[in-house]
Amino acid sequence: MIDPHDNANDRDDQPPTDGASPDAARPPGPSASPAEPENTGTDESARGTAGAGARPDAADGEPTADADADPEPTADADAGPDVGPDVVDGELAGEPRDDEVGAATGGPRWRRIAAAIFTPKLTAANMVIALLLGVLGFALIVQVRSNANESTLANDRPDDLVRILSDLDARKDRLTTEISSLQNTVQQLNSGAQSQQAALDAAAKRADELGILGGTLPARGPGLVIDLIPASGQQIPANTVLDTIEELRGAGAEAMQISGTGSAAVRVVAATYFTDTTGGVDIDGATIGGTLSITVIGDPQTIQAALSIPGGVDDTVRNDGGTVSLQTPGTVEVTALHEPQALQYAHSVP
Amino acid sequence: MYAVLAMIAGIALGVILEPTVPVALQPYLPIAVVAALDAVFGGIRARLDGIFDDKQFVISFVSNVLVAALIVYLGDQLGVGGQLSTGVVVVLGVRIFGNVAAIRRHLFKA
Repeated sequence: MIDPHDNANDRDDQPPTDGASPDAARPPGPSASPAEPENTGTDESARGTAGAGARPDAADGEPTADADADPEPTADADAGPDVGPDVVDGELAGEPRDDEVGAATGGPRWRRIAAAIFTPKLTAANMVIALLLGVLGFALIVQVRSNANESTLANDRPDDLVRILSDLDARKDRLTTEISSLQNTVQQLNSGAQSQQAALDAAAKRADELGILGGTLPARGPGLVIDLIPASGQQIPANTVLDTIEELRGAGAEAMQISGTGSAAVRVVAATYFTDTTGGVDIDGATIGGTLSITVIGDPQTIQAALSIPGGVDDTVRNDGGTVSLQTPGTVEVTALHEPQALQYAHSVP
Repeated sequence: MYAVLAMIAGIALGVILEPTVPVALQPYLPIAVVAALDAVFGGIRARLDGIFDDKQFVISFVSNVLVAALIVYLGDQLGVGGQLSTGVVVVLGVRIFGNVAAIRRHLFKA
């Protein structure tokens, strides 16, 4: 507002020109209609004439004054009736002319920019402008930072938001479906694992049973020990032993082993054979003689009854002069094992 | 010089304080900033033309900001805020381009 310092300085440099007053009268007129293309057009033409010579600069000052009006068209209209802008405009309108006459280079302009920037004066107007620019810088950086920070959704229009929402809904539905199908899979796998475990248990149990029946596993359970004691100087014949074994099998014996006096026990399996030999009975290649001790796992009462039926094992042994003695220790153990024969021809049916 | 220093100080202040924009001001601040930038470029051009006037600059600065914010506010009330602010930005952008072109001609004569 108290700019005259600047203008006065500028004015000192230049002689008062006669072209100033008619130029100054011009600006308020065209400034009322600020049309951008028009102004740039005049600018271009002004630039064209600038190179022509010193005198046409009088015309040069005019378009610049025109152009001056369009940075702030509205403010210009206000400024018209204000504190004699005519004088200010007039002075300044003459200024470019002075520069162009003095030196056609851009030097003086740069010098003027530098002079404007490094003005040492701190007037009230400068303070107001500085304040405004400070606020502008502050607002600028605040806006930049907030724009960088805030989520983009806040700036979206309702249509876009609705579309994003429906997209998210559809995605949620898909994911829900996926979740339920995955849960089904988990349940199936769990039940599959359970049934697989049950099958494993059953297979292990079956393997145990088959191992006991096949004589490859030791067994323990309720049962009794049967001693066949021959008459002195004689041996129990193989027929009697075979009958006894058959009788025990018929009575439900599940595992048996047979041992003689001073010989190791032999597991009795389906393929066990009995033949008479010197010194006793040949059972699976082992000679068992003297008192034959049969350890059998099964129901003791049934086995006892089976042995003592008329014409049974008991009678047969007694007829030969021997005796049969039963011991019922409760739980007996069949520990002798049968060496399984490697199968050469038979294969299981899958 | 003071104006440049003040602008630098304002930027530094904004960087240091990291304030958040109030929700009520969020739609208007960007437009106001662009309008103020337009006024600043217009002022620079006027300075180069030698017709810079403090009062004119201050009034144009303030009125530019206020009018821009008012237009956006009106647009929001009418339900065309987004389009109207786009329009304001386009207009101000054209003016800034014109001013910068004039400044360029002044400084580089090209």
